[in-house]
Amino acid sequence: MERTTIDLWVGIFVSLGVASLLGLAMKVGNLTTSNIGETYTVTAAFENIGGLKPRAPVKSAGVVVGRVGDITFDSTTFEAIVSLNVDKRYNFPADTFANIYTAGLLGEQYVGLEAGGDEVALKNGDRIKQTQDAVVLEKMISQFLYNKASESKEVAPAAQAKSTKTDDDALGSNPLDDLKDGSKN
Amino acid sequence: MIRSSLLIGAARAIRKIGGDFIDRVWRLGAGTRLLGLTLISSGESFRRFHLVIREVYFTGVRSLIIISVSAFFVGMVLALQGYNTLQKYGSSEAIGVLVALALVRELGPVVTALLFAGRAGTAITAEIGLMKATEQLSAMEMMAVSPISRVVAPRFWAGVISMPILASLFSMIGILGGYMVAVPLIGVDAGAFWSQMQANVDWRFDIVNGVIKSVVFGVACTIIALFEGYDAPPTAEGVSSATTRTVVTSSLVVLALDFALTSFMIS
Repeated sequence: MERTTIDLWVGIFVSLGVASLLGLAMKVGNLTTSNIGETYTVTAAFENIGGLKPRAPVKSAGVVVGRVGDITFDSTTFEAIVSLNVDKRYNFPADTFANIYTAGLLGEQYVGLEAGGDEVALKNGDRIKQTQDAVVLEKMISQFLYNKASESKEVAPAAQAKSTKTDDDALGSNPLDDLKDGSKN
Repeated sequence: MIRSSLLIGAARAIRKIGGDFIDRVWRLGAGTRLLGLTLISSGESFRRFHLVIREVYFTGVRSLIIISVSAFFVGMVLALQGYNTLQKYGSSEAIGVLVALALVRELGPVVTALLFAGRAGTAITAEIGLMKATEQLSAMEMMAVSPISRVVAPRFWAGVISMPILASLFSMIGILGGYMVAVPLIGVDAGAFWSQMQANVDWRFDIVNGVIKSVVFGVACTIIALFEGYDAPPTAEGVSSATTRTVVTSSLVVLALDFALTSFMIS
């Protein structure tokens, strides 16, 4: 078959197209940076997942170690069951703690894993027992306002005791602690 | 007297609307039939692939300049406009994400298809319309050569091949244009520009979906251009109005298809 200059131009054209697609995949998309090959799946139950979405990152110490798989609702315990696809390269102890964090003030939510001290590692299909729910901003604000109101009255002794406790404890100023106490009541 | 002439006028207007509507439906059916015929008789164009390559040269390679220049400017404008708004929220690093997602998901496929309809679609329509007017198509039929497999199918496949290539080039060059404005001109950090982009652009859900869109637009634009040419009245006026219709119909179909495809892909 004889070669023409048109063939050359079409060849250049097609290779430009392939190159730009590769560029999109490598430089623009996350095909290389978060390419998670083999994964194992663990589940975690949360009372409230906030705005967590499938494909959200799973991070440990700030490094992406996996992705959120699917999110289902368990109608017997009334909890959200979140499955986490974690990279096979990373092993976590069986008593790992799963939190839902927010990236930045209004950013997307992700699952943070904090390793425990157990010698047994998490396996495919395991359930993470210790979890902490997403922070719901409205809940936090209403808790804060409620505490402020009870502090200023100083009538109810229980409220007073609580407020002195939080005043003494420097860490008690963290509104998250109040929220955890409040959600148990 | 006046009343009856008004009635006649109204009746004529309604008749025209109905006639136009029936004409549109007829053309839609005939266009679909042409698409089916083209798909059936495209075996020939794969066996003689140099016919397709010749058409890729005319539709794809010759559109490179308009596509790359407009992509560069679209990317630059996106970065400028995006920076203006993002800066108010203190997140000007997200400009890379904004430019990349806008281009890869929407502007790349859609603007490429609109430019393609104007640059290559009109050429296809005019060429086939003139072939018909000068009775080249009838001459082919006389020689027992099917004009669909010899003339229509290679152009169709060339359009379908060219469009995704042009669209991904458009996205890539647009992102480079956005980079040119964001990093050297405005002073956004280059590392933040790329890393935020890589963290938020997904291969499967953003890039592959954009390519799927451009393939669909390629099929739509090319078959509309081919049909308008094949259907054009064999006169100078007929070819000119067919060329106009190619641009109008392709643009409307691309925008409507874009909405439909996006709603499928997002849900």
